[in-house]
Amino acid sequence: MSLEAAHNTNIAVHEHEEHLAHQFMNRAQQDESYIVGMWSFLVTEILFFGALFLCYSIFRIQYPMAYQEGHEELSWQLGCLNTLILLTSSLTMVLAVHAAQVNKRILAAGWLVVTCFLAAGFLVVKLAFEWYPKYLHHLIPGVHFHWPHEGFSEVAPGKAELFFGLYFAMTGLHGIHVVIGIGIMGVLAIMLLLNHKSTQYYMPIELAGLYWHFVDIVWIFLFPLFYLIGKR
Amino acid sequence: MSIQHAPAHDASVQHNTEPKKNYLNAEHSVASWLLTKDHKRIAVLYLISITFFFIIGGVAASLIRAELTSPHGHLFTNDGYNKLFSAHGIIMVFFFLVPSIPATIGNFIIPLMIGAKDLAFPRLNLLSWYLYSIGGLIALGAMISGGVDTGWTFYTPYSSVYSNGQVVATLIAVFIAGFSSIATGINFIVTIHKMRAPGLTWFRLPLFIWAHYATSVIIVLGTPVVAITLALVAVERVFPIGIFNPAQGGDPLLFQHMFWFYSHPAVYIMVLPSMGIISEVIANGSRKRIFGYELVAFSSLAIAGFGFLVWGHHMFVTGESVYLAMVFSLISFLVAVPSAIKVFNWTATIYKGNITLHAPMLYALGFIGLFTIGGLTGLFLASLSVDVHLNMTYFVVAHFHYVMVGGAIFGFMAGLHFWWPKITGRLYDELWAKIAAAIIFLGFNLTFFPQFVLGYLGMPRRYHYYPPEFQVWNVMSTAGSSILGVGYLIPAIYFGLSLFYGKKASPNPWNAVGLEWQTASPPPTENFEDIPIVTWEAYDYTTLPDVESDLDYPSLEGDGAIAGFHSGGSK
Repeated sequence: MSLEAAHNTNIAVHEHEEHLAHQFMNRAQQDESYIVGMWSFLVTEILFFGALFLCYSIFRIQYPMAYQEGHEELSWQLGCLNTLILLTSSLTMVLAVHAAQVNKRILAAGWLVVTCFLAAGFLVVKLAFEWYPKYLHHLIPGVHFHWPHEGFSEVAPGKAELFFGLYFAMTGLHGIHVVIGIGIMGVLAIMLLLNHKSTQYYMPIELAGLYWHFVDIVWIFLFPLFYLIGKR
Repeated sequence: MSIQHAPAHDASVQHNTEPKKNYLNAEHSVASWLLTKDHKRIAVLYLISITFFFIIGGVAASLIRAELTSPHGHLFTNDGYNKLFSAHGIIMVFFFLVPSIPATIGNFIIPLMIGAKDLAFPRLNLLSWYLYSIGGLIALGAMISGGVDTGWTFYTPYSSVYSNGQVVATLIAVFIAGFSSIATGINFIVTIHKMRAPGLTWFRLPLFIWAHYATSVIIVLGTPVVAITLALVAVERVFPIGIFNPAQGGDPLLFQHMFWFYSHPAVYIMVLPSMGIISEVIANGSRKRIFGYELVAFSSLAIAGFGFLVWGHHMFVTGESVYLAMVFSLISFLVAVPSAIKVFNWTATIYKGNITLHAPMLYALGFIGLFTIGGLTGLFLASLSVDVHLNMTYFVVAHFHYVMVGGAIFGFMAGLHFWWPKITGRLYDELWAKIAAAIIFLGFNLTFFPQFVLGYLGMPRRYHYYPPEFQVWNVMSTAGSSILGVGYLIPAIYFGLSLFYGKKASPNPWNAVGLEWQTASPPPTENFEDIPIVTWEAYDYTTLPDVESDLDYPSLEGDGAIAGFHSGGSK
């Protein structure tokens, strides 16, 4: 019925009709709508994270010493490793999008799976080698929080707790986005392998790519802000 | 730019011949409603849901007014009263006012107005309704199982450390509802950018579309900030991360900045769509193009822009820098400029218009008066010295109810009456609608005008004990709220009756221009049989032939009023 209605208009709707949702008149309109929609969503994401970056900046100006001493509990080596992993995953994502554009279905699925594994690797480093040791060292804000430098540092435990609160809130929110990304890319990879109708059309993979690059860019900001605070 | 006036269109001719398929009778199963991707059905789902929450919020309001008839607080405990006004605020703001016009009337009318078959993302639209419903049910559950006493503003550190209510559940509910709002905002932005019919350029768009575009920009830029802010409060209740807790070096004022960064623009989320409706109704009721169309369109964007730069006026007395306060005060005054442009241009549109006082027009006129009072008293509050006297008093309560009820809800009622024949395919009882509009106007003013006086005399908000000399004003206010309640009940009755006994509506019962009136009432699932091609400006009422004779509005028989409107151009 929708095709009939579209047929009556002056706009030709002959190419790729099988991937045209009923509300659109042609593929160009559909593609542009998806792209504008995804970028609008990314704008909301920027503001979502932006509020946290605002909190980070305000307290960094107020309590530079807490940030200084807090960051020394973080391992810049592990941060570097994770940056490397995520940047590589951005590359594999680009390759997946390219493969989808040129209709290499299996290759696109393959690169998506690689991207998923890299994202999972990021999470393993984050959780097993960074968060878990912090739990063992009582650096999770809460009743068990213990600031090891108490007594011979000028940073009050409450302010150190604030630093770690921001660290866990910001890397945690980023981590949730990584998990969502793994879900999206995993589902797309499976759909590609099954040759599902939606993924014969490359736009879903393009949109997932935009999302994944956004997740990477957030980390590009988180990494120096938490791990690379200069030595005294 | 030729304008064609054909006497009838295919869609309207078929209307007489047989009961044809429309979006309401296309399918009948429950699943066809709960899993629908049709923007019109989702709008109806939203309309039912927000009405439900409006009733709950309204009952809470009535209980507040009942409590305040006595200066001694007989009905509720202190704790109970705190939970009551918090419930009223949270339900009304997050679960009624914010989604009210965009998600119902906007959802239904925007694709019709721009000649599209649906919103750009129908599934996202359905998801938005589910998120809203889930959020609403969680909030309701939280209120039944203990409630919150933080007020709708959730100020820290009370909300994050000390309050014992169901704060976390309520915050989660608002967080989820926020994402339903974001989904609607993104959908509208994309739809308005990409889905307009051929020939429908930006400056041929009805002002309703401009208003919803501005609203969507606010939703997309503001809502994520309040979402993360409220999420941080919820996290802080579980882990003492301390961002908003002064005991740990955190900053409660930072919470207020982040909260009002959304919650002040949220006022414009509520009132801008309302202004869009008023533009449609005034143009139809005066049978004139809106005076200064471009200025009214840009004033919506200006309100959205300035609206993001005034949040600090909520914090003049809570400790922000006095220099910051001066800047915020100045910018708050600047918001009055685009608002006044709208009010003056509507008034100029009515001037020497061919005026019809149908029920939507009565609400629109009420809107202009009440919004003007609400807006001007806002300037009192934006003045630094005056605000010290008026802050946290009933003056503030009266001010924002004039904007939110007198503005947003009057606009909502105007729109609901205006498009009711399009949504349901039935005409409501115009006489009762006019009576109800008058009762609501009187009841509203009697409820809230005394609160300006109370506030000026110094009665603080959020207390249920007050000095006995304030009682007479409070009794007046409560009496007004009873009248207002009756006023809302009458539309519920005649709208309900119209569904079963109302006359069938013609495609264009108001003899209005606009693409939504060119398709059947109710519209078919695909909205238009042919996608229209637009070659005319919005609101070109002056070029409509035979205007006088067709102006008896809904009391007309079915197709009596379709004499003159634009043909779809496809012929």
